[in-house]
Order: sequence, then structure tokens, then C-alpha cells
Amino acid sequence: MVKTSYMEAGKRALAEEMRRDPTVWAVGEDLGRGGVFGQYAGMVEEFGPLRISDAPISEAAILGSAVGAALAGTRPVVEMRFADFALCAVDELVNQAAKARYMFGGQGGVPLVVREPMGMWRSSAAQHSQSLEAWYVHIPGLTVVAPATPGDNLRLLKAAIRSDDPVVYMEHKDLWGIEEELGEDEPPGALGSARIVREGDDATVVSWSAMVRNAAAAAEQLAEEGVSVEVIDLRTLWPWDRGAVLESVRRTGRLVVAQEAVSVGGFGAEVAATVSEAHFGNLKAPVKRLGAPRIPIPYAKPLEDMLRVGPDAIADAVRAQL
Amino acid sequence: MSGSRPNLDLERLADRHRRMHRIRAFEEQAVAALQEGLVLGAIHPSIGQEACAVGAVGSLAREDLLLSTHRGHGHTLEKGASAVAMMRELFGREGGNCGGKGGSMHIADFSVGMLGANGVVGANINIAAGAAHAVRLKGERRIVCCIFGDCAVNRGPFLEGLNWARVFDLPVLFVCEDNAFAATTRTEAMTGGPGPAARAEALGIPARAVDGNDVDLVAEVTTELRGRILDGGGPQFLWAKTWRLTGHTAVDKAAYRDAGEVEERWKDDPIARAAETLRAHGVADETLAGHREAAVGEMQAAFEEAKAAPWPEDGALYADVQDIGDPREAAFRW
Ligand SMILES: Cc1ncc(C[n+]2csc(CCOP(=O)(O)OP(=O)(O)O)c2C)c(N)n1
Ligand SMILES: [Mg+2]
Repeated sequence: MVKTSYMEAGKRALAEEMRRDPTVWAVGEDLGRGGVFGQYAGMVEEFGPLRISDAPISEAAILGSAVGAALAGTRPVVEMRFADFALCAVDELVNQAAKARYMFGGQGGVPLVVREPMGMWRSSAAQHSQSLEAWYVHIPGLTVVAPATPGDNLRLLKAAIRSDDPVVYMEHKDLWGIEEELGEDEPPGALGSARIVREGDDATVVSWSAMVRNAAAAAEQLAEEGVSVEVIDLRTLWPWDRGAVLESVRRTGRLVVAQEAVSVGGFGAEVAATVSEAHFGNLKAPVKRLGAPRIPIPYAKPLEDMLRVGPDAIADAVRAQL
Repeated sequence: MSGSRPNLDLERLADRHRRMHRIRAFEEQAVAALQEGLVLGAIHPSIGQEACAVGAVGSLAREDLLLSTHRGHGHTLEKGASAVAMMRELFGREGGNCGGKGGSMHIADFSVGMLGANGVVGANINIAAGAAHAVRLKGERRIVCCIFGDCAVNRGPFLEGLNWARVFDLPVLFVCEDNAFAATTRTEAMTGGPGPAARAEALGIPARAVDGNDVDLVAEVTTELRGRILDGGGPQFLWAKTWRLTGHTAVDKAAYRDAGEVEERWKDDPIARAAETLRAHGVADETLAGHREAAVGEMQAAFEEAKAAPWPEDGALYADVQDIGDPREAAFRW
């Protein structure tokens, strides 16, 4: 077993896939110097500048050329630096990558991974902090992954690279440093399968990405009060593991969905609606969604903290359902 | 004029004349089909621009890759796609190149290296650069040809994609097929500076401007630029100046141009020009008329075949979205 950080896990996944498959390559700004966060440190030394490629500050070209490179038989892994900058390449992702397979009648796929570091981290404010996962889930053709642990980052990034379809792969910046013991041999994970973080019978808390930590902390608090909470980490948002969530809520009768993103139109709404449709008669309390208010993310720490969904808010939401 | 060129090859020009007629006849049938309600969505005819398709795409090798535009019937035919499959695609029928799910604006035929038309102006430029990136990574000997219109040079991907091709030294031939119009607006009125070639050169990409109605000239320069790319010369740029003789779409009457100007331009129709050269060198009128008749016959047959073709099966709706996840979300039953 090797103690591995979330960031190192991503690097290891990419390196192992690149060793295995010569058509895998990565491209993005500053990759030759290890990437802005260090996720690619040392990789150019092993794989050379053709496969760990620098790029001009041309997000549309980074993503658009990856679409072409994927259609022409390679598996590009695209680094977007911050999820926010991927918005400079929306046409390339939404109109091109996500559509090619379908509109060309299955003639060619677009096996590309778009890494989009997301979320609030070190007071990065309105243009460097967003959680836009719900936008991508809305687009047919895209797979959306948001891992919460180093192990999942390792296994799911491998799976994303092996996927024949475009994958939006959202690593949370605030998780870069968290560590986990990982095996020498870690096969790819299953996209679309949730992880039961903690079992429980009284309520279900569904979350993903960095919010999973807060959900687990809330469950810990509630356990001390004798309330048993099941915590589910969705890991993949499209396809998402409806089965795991519905099965859990069938037992608990209560659902809280916690997300860092703006709650309005967020992915939590999809989970809440699905559970309400399927379990209306079995619910012991109304489904509760937690998320950020619909405001840009402010810079000042006390203001930023006000829009975070912390463990206390999650625990309170569960208490209110009991 | 082609006639004055020293290396005139009559047989070759006659073949190009024949192929331009195929494109013309295909599009005439498609327009007729649209009027009958058989072609379902918008089509963008390239009538008057056939010399660009035959000259540029006709000079590529089978293994070369092509990215085209919403006005790409000619490019697609020239790359080797079947006219019948294309007509079926325009009719939204089974057996279309994309199984009836793409239509005219999103037609592709990967089996002949045609990696897609595009409904988004300029979007194919970055995609082409990326396809060329793959060619280089895999060490293949072929080029990528990217055709776009004159209005695409005003979109961001033009700058990003050309710069990309230059800094990575990619084997891509950019062809700006300049028909003078961006939908209903004259591109000139909306474009600063001296135009596409100067913009390419500013990015370090050698550019050539040619008369895009001279099929032999377009072919000759394309062949030369393709050779340079294969010799490691990096990206090259061709600005082919032509003129759109009909509307932006098949239903656009193009009333924003005066009849006199259009009439004048018809005199420079590339098919008529090639015919004139051929005639001047003794090619018989029947031969030339035969090209037209054969093309019309072929495309009428394609029309009839497409008309008789079945609609896609219902299952096609859900096919080829992505490997995982159930696309029938709205119809999901518990
Ligand atoms: C990004 C984008 N903006 C606008 C349009 C609408 N549109 C379709 S064709 C066209 C004109 C394109 O002009 P040009 O690139 O010169 O090609 P042409 O139609 O002349 O062949 C426009 C504006 C589009 N398809 N994509
Ligand atoms: Mg034009």
C-alpha cells in the first residue's frame, strides 16, 4: 500500500494509462512545468513533450483540437486548469464533442477526458471557484465524474480515459492534499456506481465531490445523538446511481441532498425530483436540498464561508426531518 | 483562364468538368427535393463554387482527412461519399451516411476520411488542427484538409486553430472558400484588414490566393501545398475566391443582390468556364453535354432511391448517444 494524495492519484492514473496505451496523451496550458497545481509534475520527463503537451492559452483550440484528435484515433486528456475556463470552450464540448457520435450515426466516437478542477479553494472568488457540474449533466453525450477520494480519483480517471465517450472529469481543488492508502495494482473503477460511505437507517444524505466530507461529518454528529444516517457519494453524476439512492431512501424514508453548487438548477434538484417521483408515498418528510444561494462566489473569507454548506447545515436538515 | 495554362491536360480537365456537374446536379436534385418536402431541414447549396470542391478536395488522397462546413455537399461527394447515401441522409432516411440523424449540415463519411460537416461556423478549424495533431502523434503520412467560409475568419477558432497548427507544425491545409457572403451580409463589410491570407501569414502560415472558379488552378495549388505539407512544411493556407451564385440556403431568394450583378457572375460559372476551355481545345459539345446528362441521371436515381428508402427504425433514436447511462430519462419507468 502507498499513501497517495488525491492529486498524486490523478497523476498516477494518467501515467498508468499512458504506459498502457500509446494513443493516450495529455494537453493543456503549462503541463510541461507540471500543470498549475502540480498534477502533471515530472510527467513530461517520462513521456516527452509530444504526449504531455503544452498549449497556447486557447481553450477553444485545446478542447476543439482534442475533439479532432479523438475522432482521428487518439485518446486526449485535456486539462482545463480551472473549470471556469472551460466555458471558453463550450461550443467545442457541447456542440462538438458531445454530439459527434450521435449526429454522425455512430461512425466515430470522441474518447476524450476533460479535466476541470472545480470548487471553492483559497479565496479564488467568482471566476475561479464554480461548481458547474449540473450544466454538463444536462448535455446528452457527456459522462460527468466528480470523485471525492484519492482512490476514486485513481480508479475513475482510469475508467474515464478508457471510456469511448467524452467525459467531464471534475476534480475538486480543495481535495488535492487529502491522502489514502492505495494498492500497487488498482484497476479502473465503474463509472455510474455510487459508494456507500456509511450505512444508516434513519435518513439518507446524498452528495458528491468535496461535499462528501461534510456529509460524513454530519453523520458522525448525528450518530452521537443516536441518529443513523446513510451517506452516499454519487461519484459519477451522469450516469448516476439511481438504484443505490432509491434503495437507500426506500429504507430510510428521508433524503437530504447536499451540494457545493448553486442549489437552483443544481444536480441536487435532479436527485430530489427522482426520489420524489419514485418514493412519494414512502417519504417520511419532504426531500431537502442544500446548496449555495444563487450569488457569485465572493472573495472575502467570511462572506465565502456564508455560502458554504457545512456539516452543521446538513445535520440540521436531517434533524428537521426526524 | 484555364485555357492559357501551359500544363493543360484535357482529359483531366474533362474529368473535373464531369465531377463539377455531379455536384451541381446533386444540389439541384436536393433543392427540388426540399421544395417537395423530401429534404427536411435547411440546405446550403454551393452552386457556383464547385471548382473549389473539385479542385481542392479532388486533389487529396483517399487517406487524407477532411473537415467541411454547412455548405459541404460538394466536398463530401468529392471525398468519395456515395451520392445515394448522401441523398438518403438529406431525406433523413435509413441508409443515409449518418443513418438519417445528421442531415445536410452534419453529414460525415468516416469510411472515406470525411470527418464531418459542421453546423457551427468555424468550429471545424480546431477539430481539423486536432485531427492533424493525431496524424502527427501516430506518425502517419497524410494530411488534414479543413475547408471553411470567408465568415469563419471572423470567429475565434480561426485565430486559435491556425496558431495551434503553426506552433505544433501540423500537417493541415486550411482552405478558405470565399464566396463573398456570410449568410445575407457581404463578408467584406464585416471584415477588417486585407483578408484571410494576410491573417494566416500574420500567424506564420504561408498563404496563397487563387481564383476559386478556375478548377485546374485550385487543383494545381492544392497539390503543391499538399506536397509541401507532406515534406514537413507545416500548415499551409489556400484562399480560393469564388462567388455564391444562389441564396444562402435553398429558400433564400438572395434579394439583397441586384440581378445585374448576379447575371454578370453567372458568366464566370466555373462549370461554364471549364467547358469553354475544353471546347476551345476541340472537345466535342456532345461530350460536355454528356457529362451533364450523366450527372443528372445519376442524381435523379439517387433522388428516387432516397425517396423510396425507409425512415430510420425507432431504436435509432436511442442509439449512439454514449456507452453508459440510460438516455430514456424522460421515459424512465420504476
Ligand atoms: C457560430 C455560428 N454563428 C452563426 C451561424 C449562422 N450561420 C450559418 S451559415 C453562416 C454564414 C457563414 O458564412 P461563411 O463562413 O462565409 O460560409 P458560407 O455560408 O458562405 O459558405 C452563418 C452566419 C452559425 N452556423 N454558427
Ligand atoms: Mg461565405
